[in-house]
Amino acid sequence: MSADASSGRIARRFAAVRNELRPALVTFVTAGDPDLATSEKILAALPGAGADIIELGMPFSDPMADGPAIQAAGLRALKAGQTLRKTLAMVRRFREIDADTPIVLMGYYNPIYQYGSEKFVADACDAGVDGLIVVDLPPEEDEELCIPALKGGLNFIRLATPTTDDRRLPKVLQNTSGFVYYVSINGITGSAAPDSTRVAEAVDRIKAHTELPVAVGFGVRTREQAGAIGRTADGVVVGSAIVQAVAASLDEDGKATQNTVSAVTALVGELAEGVRLSRQMAAE
Amino acid sequence: MAEPGLKPNTYRSGPDETGHFGMFGGRFVAETLMPNILELEAAYKAAKEDPEFHAELASLATHYAGRPSPLYYAERLTEHLREAAPAGRGAKVYFKRDELNHTGSHKINNCLGQILLARKMGKSRIIAETGAGQHGVASATVAARFGLPCTVYMGKTDTERQKPNVFRMRLLGAEVKPVTAGAGTLKDAMNEALRDWVTNVEDTYYIIGTAAGPHPYPELVRDFQSVIGREAKEQLQEMEGRLPDALVACLGGGSNAIGLFHPFLDDESVKIYGVEAGGHGLEVENGHAASLNGGRPGVLHGNRTYLLQDGDGQILEGHSISAGLDYPGIGPEHAFLKDSGRVTYVSATDREALDAFQLCTRLEGIIPALEPAHALAEVIKLAPRMDRDQIIVMNMCGRGDKDIFAVAGHLGMDI
Repeated sequence: MSADASSGRIARRFAAVRNELRPALVTFVTAGDPDLATSEKILAALPGAGADIIELGMPFSDPMADGPAIQAAGLRALKAGQTLRKTLAMVRRFREIDADTPIVLMGYYNPIYQYGSEKFVADACDAGVDGLIVVDLPPEEDEELCIPALKGGLNFIRLATPTTDDRRLPKVLQNTSGFVYYVSINGITGSAAPDSTRVAEAVDRIKAHTELPVAVGFGVRTREQAGAIGRTADGVVVGSAIVQAVAASLDEDGKATQNTVSAVTALVGELAEGVRLSRQMAAE
Repeated sequence: MAEPGLKPNTYRSGPDETGHFGMFGGRFVAETLMPNILELEAAYKAAKEDPEFHAELASLATHYAGRPSPLYYAERLTEHLREAAPAGRGAKVYFKRDELNHTGSHKINNCLGQILLARKMGKSRIIAETGAGQHGVASATVAARFGLPCTVYMGKTDTERQKPNVFRMRLLGAEVKPVTAGAGTLKDAMNEALRDWVTNVEDTYYIIGTAAGPHPYPELVRDFQSVIGREAKEQLQEMEGRLPDALVACLGGGSNAIGLFHPFLDDESVKIYGVEAGGHGLEVENGHAASLNGGRPGVLHGNRTYLLQDGDGQILEGHSISAGLDYPGIGPEHAFLKDSGRVTYVSATDREALDAFQLCTRLEGIIPALEPAHALAEVIKLAPRMDRDQIIVMNMCGRGDKDIFAVAGHLGMDI
């Protein structure tokens, strides 16, 4: 079983990077993309490349809130035979080599519902998962998975968006733990770049309602953007850009090449530099 | 909608305050959409209580859409089915002629209601998804009527099998965006419409075409479509002085069916049959679109309902000859009505629908859409088992003009 949500790996990691006076780099990859073996290699290489927290996408056939890049990654993974069981097994094997890097599973509810919410929570804890982000479970549906997850010792990380006003925010934050994931633009993943001034205002607004760290994502692609967002946010989430690096490294048949893992680690390395520079940039 | 005169054991009280019909329904959407869903719920609540809203809708229904649609005694079909029936058998068959509505299907009923809601909410842009194109055409029509820009998402496969409707939408000024994701059919179009809505949440109103999706859509689409059942009840009362013995309607997402069924749910003597798309047959894996008969409960597109899915919870595409029926889900109220046993859900294959399509065309001079041809296929099975003095009302929810090219292809004809 993982530790209690409030004192687990996620809280420890945010505390550690805070001591380094920098934001956390939160990296998203899709489990099983482009195939299970390559995906495991990518996962294993992420911490060394500079990822502080890993979001591992659980592929779903109908990812309603995702843009073309993450949709395509999910389809590649499903085509290669990825299932929720295999994703949990990936985490279990990752934990054999890395005891500290937090892993957050991100996806949609139906595969979890089919697996069985209670059994999923138990198996995820057992595998060494630290938190869940389930895009299509708003607070109105907390009984489905959020409450069982919190009871089981998993963090339940919720998305806040520009449409989440001050009236709505307390409801969104009520059962949120681990961190708050601020989606910096209305839209699907990987769309237009966020405006760092507006992001800063939004982060301040959320922080007025919660003690939790606030990570910002959607549209962050480069070291410079990561640096700019990281001036105010506690974490910078990068997803589509990493998944696109995977896509760009594949051969004509969509199979992994010897460049696939290094394409990801090179990009993550640059982004890690960006978050390390962000507070220095802010001070200048 | 808590109506006066509901029976204590009513089937008509759903959804509850959280948008559930029993265990089905709900609001499974991304947080970005939640404020909009809540805003829509409040706007619809207010509209329901607003006599002006109802008056405006009724006026448009009469003068623009052509309601009430006739209730028609299909005499030659009835006689034909009696010929092969055992002595004393062969129910009287009536068609509720919603194919005569403006735009050629029942979809206009819902679109008129929703465009009025969009205007009330101050939204300046309309989006919609469409399968067969009937809902897309109806959405483009009301958007033109009220001068709002409209974008319709349609699976690429469907744009190819429903070319006439794509052209109609473009003529009406709508932008038709072909969706290539997945199999390029209705579910993929719905995903893409939801993505658009997530991105343009402030100014955009999403007219969902069927009684599915997050609460309050299943409720409000049902309410706007219930005019079908209310009229049919009144008309049959006038013509026959009684209730029907059976109702039959086809189901893709289930909006025409719930529209016909809902006003009769508490009339216990009325047997109700929903007809799903059996495609190549229920025994053919992923060869049909019968979510209720061949799927199991899951969560997709904002609601919990019966879904076609694999063991890992990945959604299957489904198959039907009819582009309007090959949706892998079903409105949550139908899921509830199945589990409660009030409605019997059956299926008709592509072949049966094609046969029924031709029979109806020749006997009644009515070219049905392939969707209600599935309902007709059930009527053909059902009527000979019922007594001659019994009555079936079937919803002829769309006309077949859009399908003639596809049907010609299936019949091996060149036009």
